[in-house]
Amino acid sequence: MLAAAGRRVGGRLLAAIPAVFGVVVLTFLVMRVLPGDPAVYFAGGPSAGQAEIDALRAEMGLDRPVPVQLMYYLRDVATGDLGRSLTTGQPVMTDIRQRLPASLELTFTALLLALVAAIPLGILAALRPGSAVDHVVRFLCTMGVCMPTFVTGLLLIYVFYYLLGWSPDPTGRIDIFASTPPEITGFLLLDFALTGDWDGWRAAFTQLILPAATMALFVLAPLARMTRASMLAVLGGDFIRTARAMGLPGWRIIVVYALRNALLPVLTIAGIVFSTMLGANVLVEKVFSWPGVASYALDALQASDYAPVQGFVLLMASIFVVVNLVIDLLYGLADPRAVAE
Amino acid sequence: MSAALGRPSLLRHAGWVLRGNLVTAFALGGTALLVLVALLAPWLAAYDPIATNVANAMRPPSAAHWFGTDQLGRDILSRLLYGARLDLAIAAAAVSLSFVLGAMIGAFCGYHGGRLDRAVGRFVDVLMAFPLFVLAMAMVAALGNQVQNIVYATAVINLPFYIRFARTEVAVRRQAGWVEAARASGNGGARIVLGFLLPNILPNVAVQISLNLGWAILNAAGLSFLGLGVTAPTPEWGIMVAEGARFISAGHWWLVAFPGLALMLAVLCFNLLGDGLRDILDPRMRT
Amino acid sequence: MTAKLLEVEDLRVAFDTRRGTVEALRGISFAVPAGGVLGIVGESGSGKSVASLAVMGLLDRAGSVTGGRIRFDGQDITHAGGAELRRLRGAALSMIFQNPRAALNPIRGIGRQIADVLRAHRPLTRAQARDKAVALLEAVRIRDAARRADAFPHELSGGMCQRVMIAMAMACEPRLIIADEPTTGLDVTTQKAVMDLLAGLTRERGMAMVLITHDLGLAAQYCDEVTVMEQGRVVESAPPGRLFGAPREAYTRRLVAACPTPSSTIAGLTPDAPPLPAAPVPATLPPGTPLLLEVQGLKKRFPDGTLAVDDVSFTMRPGESLGLVGESGSGKSTISRMVTRLIDASEGEIIFEGESIGAIPARDFHRAPQRSQVQIVFQDAGESLNPRFSAFDSIADPLRRLAGLRDSASLRRAVEDAADGVGLPRALLDRYPHQLSGGQRARVGIARAISVQPRLLVLDEPTAALDVSVQAVVLQLLEKLRREKGLAYLFVSHDLNVVRMLCDRLIVLRQGRIVEEGDSARVFRSPAAEYTAQLIAAIPHFRPEVVEA
Repeated sequence: MLAAAGRRVGGRLLAAIPAVFGVVVLTFLVMRVLPGDPAVYFAGGPSAGQAEIDALRAEMGLDRPVPVQLMYYLRDVATGDLGRSLTTGQPVMTDIRQRLPASLELTFTALLLALVAAIPLGILAALRPGSAVDHVVRFLCTMGVCMPTFVTGLLLIYVFYYLLGWSPDPTGRIDIFASTPPEITGFLLLDFALTGDWDGWRAAFTQLILPAATMALFVLAPLARMTRASMLAVLGGDFIRTARAMGLPGWRIIVVYALRNALLPVLTIAGIVFSTMLGANVLVEKVFSWPGVASYALDALQASDYAPVQGFVLLMASIFVVVNLVIDLLYGLADPRAVAE
Repeated sequence: MSAALGRPSLLRHAGWVLRGNLVTAFALGGTALLVLVALLAPWLAAYDPIATNVANAMRPPSAAHWFGTDQLGRDILSRLLYGARLDLAIAAAAVSLSFVLGAMIGAFCGYHGGRLDRAVGRFVDVLMAFPLFVLAMAMVAALGNQVQNIVYATAVINLPFYIRFARTEVAVRRQAGWVEAARASGNGGARIVLGFLLPNILPNVAVQISLNLGWAILNAAGLSFLGLGVTAPTPEWGIMVAEGARFISAGHWWLVAFPGLALMLAVLCFNLLGDGLRDILDPRMRT
Repeated sequence: MTAKLLEVEDLRVAFDTRRGTVEALRGISFAVPAGGVLGIVGESGSGKSVASLAVMGLLDRAGSVTGGRIRFDGQDITHAGGAELRRLRGAALSMIFQNPRAALNPIRGIGRQIADVLRAHRPLTRAQARDKAVALLEAVRIRDAARRADAFPHELSGGMCQRVMIAMAMACEPRLIIADEPTTGLDVTTQKAVMDLLAGLTRERGMAMVLITHDLGLAAQYCDEVTVMEQGRVVESAPPGRLFGAPREAYTRRLVAACPTPSSTIAGLTPDAPPLPAAPVPATLPPGTPLLLEVQGLKKRFPDGTLAVDDVSFTMRPGESLGLVGESGSGKSTISRMVTRLIDASEGEIIFEGESIGAIPARDFHRAPQRSQVQIVFQDAGESLNPRFSAFDSIADPLRRLAGLRDSASLRRAVEDAADGVGLPRALLDRYPHQLSGGQRARVGIARAISVQPRLLVLDEPTAALDVSVQAVVLQLLEKLRREKGLAYLFVSHDLNVVRMLCDRLIVLRQGRIVEEGDSARVFRSPAAEYTAQLIAAIPHFRPEVVEA
């Protein structure tokens, strides 16, 4: 069983290689189309001498044919060199490493919030189709999909910051005057907890909760909807009828027989939801001035600074591949049929 | 199972569903209203959507300005009405572009299978491995800040979904008895795809289109919210939210709330319509 | 008889549907004594399955008991509450379902599923329940039960899954087991093994059984008493000998006649139908008549490596009908598709009227002149009709493509001729498949295939999805067409009785290879291969003539 799972993961990793490779090449090509000459930027703007620019271009390999440049780029990516950001002046790798925990903390918290809310709601709705609970859940789901994340975020700010004054100034991960914890994991909540600084933890948490809730609301709908639909489908299945015909207790039918089966498609959709969240991060991070990788990439994009954008897209694609791998693995553990395929 | 015949029974069924399902009727009405508003915006709007009037800036909703005015004193309602044109046009153009391309490619791949199918499948996987919204951002940035580039970007990120959708829909039917029967009756590959398979997956695609329109609107608005694509004075819902965002912490809610609401209602109508369509076309799929 | 264990009196069940209330049971009564076996037979729509679900209290939300009474062991359980039913179900009365693989939880080991049942009704520890589950698996003759207890349903064959279901249903020694089409979808040899096991175990343990089936032979063989149902009513009820030997009601008589037996003939299946035309083709053609079809060394290997067809050769003369018989996995359908040129063979020759059609790739065969000469009728008539085509469009399609009919008047005439030929009322031509009955759909499928005047018609289980009475009519139609038009039939079926009636010659297939070939009557009378003998022996039958005597 373990060996089979191992083989499966290995196979999946191998299958992911062309996808990641494609992403790298595609990013490179897209970036080549972008207007602007990096050599001009590096040389200090259009005022720089032509000779200087040409020299830099030669040094950066920009005078070579595109396929050769692609080879160079691939070599750089393979060695972990994503280039240097013009706006921050640091290697892109360093910038990303600094900012990634902020984005991940936000995304994971949001996903957790969404799952905790969506699964029980979906189950309740499925157990009593047509009831008031069902209608409320379906209404919530319909509404949730329709709200653009950036509008939700702004409205939450209006209500909880301006009207109620419950949350702090919605900018950044932590009050600029508060002390940050020593960096252990980069995840503020974890770092505060590890150092036992609970005031700091609460401060970071209040700062996190609005953006996380914004994103959770966005993905709540597909998750709850999927839970409800798959629970309904499973409850109508033959083997549930068998379990009832054999006089199994009601809770056992619902939890052991129905729910475990119903969660399988939810697991699959959770992977898709995660990748949607990676995209939606850009919007939420902008609304809340969240210092994550997405706002970093957006700033770079607006400043025609392409190395960070390239690095960001690559990072997102890799995270996506990893997440899918994890989902696959979990699926393999949860569903014996998956291993057999 | 209806005892009546073909087309009329579909219409009658639709009527039955609409009567029994007020939500779908509402969605249909809402969609029609949206389209009407977009078409008639110049006649409906009381003010010029671009004309600034700083003396009249930041007014909350009133009798003169039902939805208030923005930081430059422009009437929000008028801007919303004109914005409907742009947002709907972008969504419609993007979705039809990706639908036509995607359904064709997907259907042929699904029917023929083989090496081409695998290559396209791999390409779609690569495309979908991107966080698609980020891809759209990069595309608009690369192609330039123009409205048509939002259309292309939105179309491209929708494309893999249509290809995959049409591919699987066709692939599950490829082995169906009636497709084999069509081959035995002397139909070639192209005729089977166009004459048999596409008409059969069309209802499901229609549902998908309706749902995708909502998604496309959200995407386009998201892009312009980030300052990509549509530029400043143009009335567009996403950019209106972006401009209002700066003032939300000061309590000027109407700058954000109304364009936000407009977005929400538009997406809501399309989504409900999609669900309703599914009910009409296949009552068993009811959720 | 002794005291009744289960008594159903004037039971009425109605379903709320989108089109109003539909009465599924209109007052049925039956009873089962302790230890007895009652068969309930009927065609689709007779309400036999609804009756079983009503007894178990398992009707879905839309269905409800609107009248009558169900008494189990003297206790009225017609409107029993959830807790009461839960105590009874699995412990005192239990059920076995059709499609066993879907009826088992796909992600739970079979041993644990049996243990779940045991622990729901008895105070057992986990380990005790598991031991008991293994013992039960042994009782249903699953080899290596201790290891197999950890297997999941998808790792077992359909027959094995049904054994697991039986073990589950018997786990708590119920007094009554309801088996709803327990062997439908299983191969005939598996069916016999499962039914023998089920009947043996219930008898051994003194359990009563209700066997619900569409197969009269099965009911005759395993039941003490048989109840015939039609459209929510009981037609008649009697011991099988009397019922099948001397049916009193007209419906039962028709049903019994329509059921193929080792001695029945096509004409005998539908006694009320007009007589068949005389066979125009002499049984033996003059020597030197060219062969219609010659298949040599046909092989098909699928991309996953399985060899579905392994070196099959046979010939057909014009106007001959040849049967291909086999269980699932025998490769019979694959052969039919290769001959029809819908898929390509991996190896071998297919020669039609002296020309090698096997050499033309399947994807280009639609342009070949032989396309109209070789036609096929598919297994599931409903599934083989384009849902967006009316019956007219479906029949017209090959006429447009292959006969080149373009103008609407001649097209309509040709379609109507074809419809008349298969006895499809012209008024139905405008209908869509979902508006037609199973028999009507079958007729459309046949009309489509014969509209272009083929010389060879491949029939791939054309009646497998039909009720016996409809099957009888369709077989009668096929025989009539063959005699009228001198068509050659390649008839693919799992049903030996049907093949015997329709085919001069038959080929028995097993796992892609030919096991036996010969004259139908001879093979049936004295099979040469042991496998053929097993197949023949496994068919459940009733012999009215024997019962009467």
